[in-house]
Amino acid sequence: MKGYVEKLVIGFSWFSMMTLLFAVASIIGYLCLKGYSSLDVRLIFGDTSALDALLLRKQVFNGLFPAMAGTLVLVVMSVVWAIPVGIATGIYLAEYANARIKGVFNLFFDVLAGIPSIVIGLFGFALAVFLHKHFSRTIQPCLLLSSVALAFLVLPYLIRTTQMALEGLPESTRFGALALGATKLQNIYYVLLPKSLSGIMSGVILAIGRCAEDTAVIMLTGVVASAGVPRSLLSSYEALPFYIYYISSQYTGPEELLTGYAASIILLIICIVLFSAAFLIKKRLTYIAFYRT
Amino acid sequence: MNSIKETIVERALLLSTIVSGAVTLIIFGFMFFMALPLLREGNIFQILTGEWSPGGGSYGILPMIVSTLAISCLSVAISFPVSIGCSGFIGVLGPRRLGRSLRRIVQVMTGIPTVIYGFVGIFLLVPIVRELGGGGSGMSVITAALMLSVLISPTMILFFNDSFERVPAPYLDATDGLGASAVQKLVYVIIPNAKKGIIIGLILAFGRAMGDTLVALMIAGNSAQVPGSIFDSTRTLTAHIALVIAADYESLEFKSIFACGMVLYLFASAIVIGIRYFAFRERGVE
Repeated sequence: MKGYVEKLVIGFSWFSMMTLLFAVASIIGYLCLKGYSSLDVRLIFGDTSALDALLLRKQVFNGLFPAMAGTLVLVVMSVVWAIPVGIATGIYLAEYANARIKGVFNLFFDVLAGIPSIVIGLFGFALAVFLHKHFSRTIQPCLLLSSVALAFLVLPYLIRTTQMALEGLPESTRFGALALGATKLQNIYYVLLPKSLSGIMSGVILAIGRCAEDTAVIMLTGVVASAGVPRSLLSSYEALPFYIYYISSQYTGPEELLTGYAASIILLIICIVLFSAAFLIKKRLTYIAFYRT
Repeated sequence: MNSIKETIVERALLLSTIVSGAVTLIIFGFMFFMALPLLREGNIFQILTGEWSPGGGSYGILPMIVSTLAISCLSVAISFPVSIGCSGFIGVLGPRRLGRSLRRIVQVMTGIPTVIYGFVGIFLLVPIVRELGGGGSGMSVITAALMLSVLISPTMILFFNDSFERVPAPYLDATDGLGASAVQKLVYVIIPNAKKGIIIGLILAFGRAMGDTLVALMIAGNSAQVPGSIFDSTRTLTAHIALVIAADYESLEFKSIFACGMVLYLFASAIVIGIRYFAFRERGVE
């Protein structure tokens, strides 16, 4: 290869690196530059005192507290639905299923992981319409529905991380307890699961990050711009990512826009911390993250 | 006693597997049955190839399909060269320390929420495109494609890098032994051997661009027309679903969004099958 071509290739790789860094730096830098000045306690709790708001004694009208509370409740509920089913499915596929069943279900979960989140949101919405028409007039898009739809969204992550963590265990670990007379279940419960816990945990953290970040699912299944702190599972609620979307299109003045920047920074920090944690816990297993759209 | 417990647990695990698997089918079933009246009344080709003008009674989703494909292809085309350059930088060309830090930064990028790309896009990128694109609102195909190209680049870079790392070490040792430079190693040995991984990474990134809602919804302008140029405002399938939540659940307009859902579902399945095809071939060769 001629010398100048080599130099060109090396130059191009440096150029690519700088382009990417420039893009990321301008996105994050722009947010921080615009938003950091309004990051304070008032932003979250408005004119209400923090203690009153946290104890739900007073409503917060002009702060991010209801949106943050909504996101928190939403994430916890979705994960509560998704974790038992996801991990159980992962265990079944890794330890019990034969090759053919495994093949079929792996395809199913690949497809589920590939479905755009808005389609899952649309499904949740259709479900609400269906239930409304056929069962009870009181059913409408709500916190419960959103959390179930989000659970569907993150289910494939949990299944895959669990399955891969179990399948990745070396044979020596796998057969030790069995040789000592343990049953299959005892082996899974006392040996295999504890050994693959870090892999499973990284899946759980990824799932939490996805739930916190996702906007497309919740915007069709019950999130609204102002609802206060969520009081019932069957009511609509606020959430941080939707608040950012809403502000971007409906802001009435520069001050309101500033809260949008600040909300973005808060969401960004939450998500980056969660994703980095998942990466640190198990680098390889985080692969699955990229299947999601 | 013990064996009963074992059986119960196994059955419970099987049950949850079946439930999870059923979710995949139920989602498609819902899309299909909600769109069924439309498919029955109108000709299916008319829906897939017609214009969107609810006033004129035409509920075709062709403009949305075209703009989804246009934006996804454009963003992959923008992102691919930069991503391959970055993977090369991380893999062999850059200083090791710097490469490792770049990789760390790319990993962190996967955690940036898409709504934030959209939000920054509106206030930072849209005005720039408005200036350069000569008039218009600045919300256009190219605006969304540029932002999406940043969004999908971590997927590509990490995937490319991983397939670079799977190139067998003896190959690399042999190349080093023959006195090849880093560039020669990358161009003649690593990239040809990682070709399939690169293709899978491309498909994966395309899927991510196609499935993203918020970026296109926020900065592509949302006018339901086939874009004539990259500076035209347009609406993707995903944004279309987010926008048309009509009050009347019986209207054809409302039902047409399920046709969009179905199309997206089928695209996503095709992508998964494509990836599996290449992944299988890769394994078959080894």
